[in-house]
Amino acid sequence: MACIGPAHSIRQLPAELYEQLDDHIDALHIAADDPCRRETLIQILHQAQEIFGYLPEEVQRHVASRYSIPHAEVSGVISFYNYFTTTPKGKVQISVCLGTACYVNGADKVLQEFERILNIKSGEVTPDGQFSIESLRCVGACSLAPVVTVNGKVYGRVQPEKVREILEHYLVEIDRKKEPIHAQN
Amino acid sequence: MVNLIIDNQPVSVPEGTTILEAARQVYIHIPTLCYLNLDAMKMHNQTASCRICVVEVEGRRNLAPSCSTPVAEGMRVTTNSQRVLSARRTLLQLILSNHPTDCLICAKSTDCELQSLAHEFGINTQKYQQGERATFPIDKSSGALKRDPNKCIMCRRCETMCNEVQTVGALTAFGRGFNVTVGPAEMQPLVNSSCVYCGQCVSVCPTAALTGVGYINETWAALFDPSKKVVVQVAPAVRVAIGEEFDFPTGQPVTGKLVAGLRRMGFNAVFDTTFGADLTVVEESHEIISRVTKNENLPILTSCCPGWINFLRYHFPKLSYMPSSCKSPQQMVGAVSKSYYADKMGIDPKDLVMVSVMPCIAKKYEAAMPEHSHDGLPDVDYVITTRELAKMLKESGIDLRYMPDESFDNPLGESTGAGVIFGATGGVLEAALRTIYEEVTGQELDDVNFTAVRGISGVKEATIDLNGRKLHVAAASGLGNARKILENIEKGTSTYDVIEIMACPGGCVNGGGQPYSQNRAEVIEQRIKGLYMIDGWQSRRKSHQNPSVQYLYKDFIGEPGSEKAHELLHITYYEGLVPEHST
Amino acid sequence: MPKIESYQHLLDTCRQYRPLLHLRLDEPGEEITERTIMVCGGTGCFASESRQVLARFQELIAKHELDDTVQALVTGCFGLCQEGPIVKIYPDDVFYIRVTPNDVDTIFEQHILGNQIVRQLLYEDPASGNKIKTQQDIPFYKGQQRIALRHCGLINPEDIREYIAVEGYQALGKALTEMSPEMVIDTIKSAGLRGRGGAGFPAGQKWDFARGYPGDKKYVVCNADEGDPGAFMDASIMEGDAHSVIEGMAIAGYAIGANQGYVYIRAEYPLAIQRLRVALEQAREAGIVGKNIMGSGFDFGIEIRLGAGAFVCGEETALIHSLQGERGEPRTKPPFPAQSGLWGCPTVVNNVETLATVPVILARGADWYSAIGTETSKGTKAFSLAGQVCNVGLVEVPMGTTLREIVFDIGGGIRDGAEFKAVQTGGPSGGCIPKQFLDTPIDYESLKVIGSMMGSGGMIVLSNKSCMVNIAKFYLEFTADESCGRCVPCRIGTKRLLEILTAIIEGRGTPADLVELRSLSNTIIDTSLCGLGQSAPNPVLSTMKYFWDEYQAHVEDQHCPAGVCEHLLHYRILAENCRGCTACKRVCPVDAISGTAKQVHVIDQSRCIKCGSCMTTCKFDAIVNN
Ligand SMILES: Cc1cc2nc3c(=O)[nH]c(=O)nc-3n(C[C@H](O)[C@H](O)[C@H](O)COP(=O)(O)O)c2cc1C
Ligand code: SF4
Ligand code: SF4
Ligand code: SF4
Ligand code: SF4
Ligand code: SF4
Ligand code: SF4
Ligand code: SF4
Ligand code: SF4
Ligand code: FES
Ligand code: FES
Ligand code: FES
Repeated sequence: MACIGPAHSIRQLPAELYEQLDDHIDALHIAADDPCRRETLIQILHQAQEIFGYLPEEVQRHVASRYSIPHAEVSGVISFYNYFTTTPKGKVQISVCLGTACYVNGADKVLQEFERILNIKSGEVTPDGQFSIESLRCVGACSLAPVVTVNGKVYGRVQPEKVREILEHYLVEIDRKKEPIHAQN
Repeated sequence: MVNLIIDNQPVSVPEGTTILEAARQVYIHIPTLCYLNLDAMKMHNQTASCRICVVEVEGRRNLAPSCSTPVAEGMRVTTNSQRVLSARRTLLQLILSNHPTDCLICAKSTDCELQSLAHEFGINTQKYQQGERATFPIDKSSGALKRDPNKCIMCRRCETMCNEVQTVGALTAFGRGFNVTVGPAEMQPLVNSSCVYCGQCVSVCPTAALTGVGYINETWAALFDPSKKVVVQVAPAVRVAIGEEFDFPTGQPVTGKLVAGLRRMGFNAVFDTTFGADLTVVEESHEIISRVTKNENLPILTSCCPGWINFLRYHFPKLSYMPSSCKSPQQMVGAVSKSYYADKMGIDPKDLVMVSVMPCIAKKYEAAMPEHSHDGLPDVDYVITTRELAKMLKESGIDLRYMPDESFDNPLGESTGAGVIFGATGGVLEAALRTIYEEVTGQELDDVNFTAVRGISGVKEATIDLNGRKLHVAAASGLGNARKILENIEKGTSTYDVIEIMACPGGCVNGGGQPYSQNRAEVIEQRIKGLYMIDGWQSRRKSHQNPSVQYLYKDFIGEPGSEKAHELLHITYYEGLVPEHST
Repeated sequence: MPKIESYQHLLDTCRQYRPLLHLRLDEPGEEITERTIMVCGGTGCFASESRQVLARFQELIAKHELDDTVQALVTGCFGLCQEGPIVKIYPDDVFYIRVTPNDVDTIFEQHILGNQIVRQLLYEDPASGNKIKTQQDIPFYKGQQRIALRHCGLINPEDIREYIAVEGYQALGKALTEMSPEMVIDTIKSAGLRGRGGAGFPAGQKWDFARGYPGDKKYVVCNADEGDPGAFMDASIMEGDAHSVIEGMAIAGYAIGANQGYVYIRAEYPLAIQRLRVALEQAREAGIVGKNIMGSGFDFGIEIRLGAGAFVCGEETALIHSLQGERGEPRTKPPFPAQSGLWGCPTVVNNVETLATVPVILARGADWYSAIGTETSKGTKAFSLAGQVCNVGLVEVPMGTTLREIVFDIGGGIRDGAEFKAVQTGGPSGGCIPKQFLDTPIDYESLKVIGSMMGSGGMIVLSNKSCMVNIAKFYLEFTADESCGRCVPCRIGTKRLLEILTAIIEGRGTPADLVELRSLSNTIIDTSLCGLGQSAPNPVLSTMKYFWDEYQAHVEDQHCPAGVCEHLLHYRILAENCRGCTACKRVCPVDAISGTAKQVHVIDQSRCIKCGSCMTTCKFDAIVNN
């Protein structure tokens, strides 16, 4: 089902990223008449988000046409899951756990402190695109509550006083690398 | 059979029946809101999301949604206990707490299922007044279909209709939790989506979350503007539906009274879109005969339904060269009015306003397309729906019941039976066959009734012998059925020569602008019957016999397919429409 | 790893690999010449740098060229995550806690090379102050019985040879060669295994249904979505013993006649995903997953599917939609997945812990299993004990253990000398259990009677520092946030409940609100489409039932007894205590405090955002918040 709207969308993201994504999709050998072909959609969206960093409309349209499903359907799926984002996140992605164990140990205060220092709200990105904050619910390290993850690295027993220290560490990294940074676990 | 007891009454129903259906058999009314079952068009909306239909089932921990709970042997159901009634009331209050209760200024007032429920439940205060409410922008971007997501109750009927019945896939539930809503991809303006404006979602929406974009004010303004000459055209399907708004029996034709009413509203001339339909048949038959005799570019697809044409353009762009290049009857009447008629009457086309009354949402979109204008003037200025016209008539105190029967104005008011049946699925094809047969065989057609292509079933086929050339024809209504046909054409397995497609299941009688009937099959069938009744009354039942059409060719256009005809009556909007992302 | 050709071959392979574990499983001899160092590789310990601990051990082993006699391996969670990173040394059975990468050199010098136990790294009994050397003697482990977690801390989860060495995959081998599917189902039935994912539905019965329904294809789905925030049992099982889950799934597949399984796992668990991937790859290579398993003619494939951050996808019908690549909205049941599940085919959805328990039951027999636990709830249950308890961690106890035993004996009581207030079980669907029910034996039925539920095993201990109204709001915020939005009572009802609770917490509540809270809760429970809505009001109802006085205090006196609800707090400086040290002034983020050195400071109430920093900073107890 080729399913398109009247709006022509112009691609702005690099072609080589689309090639990467297509390699993943090709590897799935989606047969158009297989009723189960959609089964991998969420997995491909994970891949796409990993490749592009986010899932803007042009990527959605591409995935939709590769799966021969309406764009609306892809968009509806993306909008359902917290994990997917349609806007770019910061280079340093801070996630504060607000799971129960962390919450009863004061994670809300930790989140407030991040918000206060970076002067953005949870779910936002700093204007320079460097930092973004979000909350998530339990990473399974409840014994270290309150837990914060930064680009995947888990920080345990984070008290509000420790927040500045964590941020400063990444500021130094940004200065040093001038490129996306991935903390090692 | 399964035996159960509902409100102390024994009931016996086949296995798989829902409690709701079982209760209806013993005349127990259970309120519903999200549920909608339209067997005739294979629409089954059982999202079980509103929970208004809950009932008590003995032995069950919680209340059961009767619309989606199958009966079981020995079940004991109570539909009106205190627990049930107070739960339903709370649920309704919850819905209302996230709803702008502006019934007074709402297009759906008195036609709204939510409003009726609130009325039936005797709700007279609003609970949870302080609570947060949805604040979505209202989307009128298409000029045809208006979305007010704040009035959406998430019944998901539109989604089922659009995605499963029409297979357009323009709508999705978006987001989740309290902020969930239904709309096009990324909640973009609808005009950017793959919506084809068939309006079927509007027909099934229980509230005013989906309606047509209204042009009542513009129409009144034109009517009251002394510098304008305002003419109106009325589509075939309108005459067998508008009566419902004035307490006529369903499907009863009220053509003459409608003409009288329009005249009293102040229209300078009242034209009949069926004239355009006859014109379409003549042009289209010419094209069909030429393509069939040359055996090229077959099958040929009819083009009078803009909903279907949009569907083809957006969803099967590779096939978009296939349909006839004829404009829809609405646009033909518009184009002829602003040229031939204006010329004849000595009116500057700038001062001529063409209003059309349509059963249709897509016609609003079509009329606004830049392709349908000449020298910057649209061929049709405003498209109002049957529903809108009923309101305007009522506003100006015109009750159709008491109107005399009057006739359309000439020359664009004369029509044949063939033009009238355009409003029903199969009608366009039947009308074309009546003309093609005579043109090709040179013989008079004795029995004009091609009953094989009539009726509301999804796809109908027939084979007509034209002096040895067997013409395979088919008529499909509903875009889900159209998709099947198009897929076969793409695959090369289609053997049809001529195919009529109507976007709305049942044809225009069931258009998105018709009085709300919730797409009930009985209503649609009555309206269709009304059209064939008119056809039967007519002395002329073949489009090429329409004297005004014949005169128009003689006086203005020349021959079917002539250069003038192409300028006025044909259109191609197919080039460059294949976006890069299509596969 | 060679391909296992038959059940007999598996038994032989087990014998062949058994020596890999001899230090861990056998009594040590007189003289210890070899050692195995097990380093905890659970998410908790990894987060406190156990990865570096392991790396350092391996470095030192290489440096001292001790590869032949000493090995350091990663293993699953030991349970006592609070004291992580944990290092256990075999065969002398020494249990080290809080091992930092720096400590590794000491352990290596003293213990490995010098045969001296490093006492300062041993667990200290808080009661007696004695150092405890072995795991079993630590109070935390008394009363625990590890069945689902049987291999966590024992084997290297990334090495299938170790799993085979502990008789892994033998239950599957036995089922395939010696048992009919019916016999497998009967065994699970008579063992009395109930689903550990929440509802406690008997697993054998579910399998029986799925077996009975006709279908070309059938599926087994492992529910590893573990959405309950604050619960990590399933994560730990997958991290520490993914093979047992794979084995359980294959057995379930054989029992119901399915040839394909899916593991639906939370994307928030990268470590569990990775371990599962490794295990699955090894199992495929060994011919234990795939075609013609162990030469039996039975085919069973397993694929991993990641969730994408939606709690409701733990609900089985939502999970199935998500697996199909759709929005994870639940649908009404019946039909149940056992009749019509994935792609409309009969599907068994089971929880990780349920599946991980299946192999032991087949191996040791239904009688052995059903002898553990209570009349209606058999076996053991893993809980993740968290919140304001001393020993945060993973515990597994026989059904019927009391809450008191878990919280006080195993959990070591309340942290920071605070007082016990309640235990929240069952996560967002459960309830809060007050002190008077501490002696309730834990099983599915008893918890329900007191207004909570077993849930998947999250157990959050709350002290008098928690405000119960606030806790109820926390859970409701969660469920309202995670509501899929499909049905009215949950989509709008939970929002309204939350608004009422917020009003109460902000001091705007009225007595009428309390009445509405209860009646709206009941309607939501009564009319919601899926388990999420049907249980979302539980935290509210149970706190209202047991902590009514707290609700009243908020509504009638605009007072939060626990001193938590910010809107009801007023930070004031007690003039008589203030020394004018200016510390508070400097720390206040909004400059709400004025005063000069050595003068009494004052807080401008209109500016104060009630962050509490000043109060924690003041060394002279001059700031109060009531
Ligand atoms: C809102 C909601 C969330 C759930 N989350 C989980 C979950 O995270 N893990 C799980 O195993 N079961 C969860 N369940 C229960 C599942 O629906 C299902 O009953 C269970 O996976 C069946 O496995 P079992 O019989 O082995 O327990 C959840 C149920 C509901 C209603
Ligand atoms: S949609 Fe219905 S209930 Fe809502 S304002 Fe309009 S008429 Fe009233
Ligand atoms: S129905 Fe009620 S609100 Fe509406 S116009 Fe009449 S009095 Fe006013
Ligand atoms: S008008 Fe037709 S195509 Fe457009 S959203 Fe409605 S049902 Fe879908
Ligand atoms: S827009 Fe209308 S039909 Fe669609 S979900 Fe909302 S209320 Fe239902
Ligand atoms: S079938 Fe008729 S009413 Fe429906 S979209 Fe087509 S033209 Fe409009
Ligand atoms: S109860 Fe909540 S989560 Fe479940 S279907 Fe309804 S809205 Fe969705
Ligand atoms: S509570 Fe926070 S904001 Fe208020 S005075 Fe103290 S430090 Fe300042
Ligand atoms: S920190 Fe305490 S003592 Fe120091 S100025 Fe503030 S209130 Fe006074
Ligand atoms: S609750 Fe924060 S890691 Fe589990
Ligand atoms: S009508 Fe049954 S749930 Fe809506
Ligand atoms: S994670 Fe190491 S003991 Fe739990």
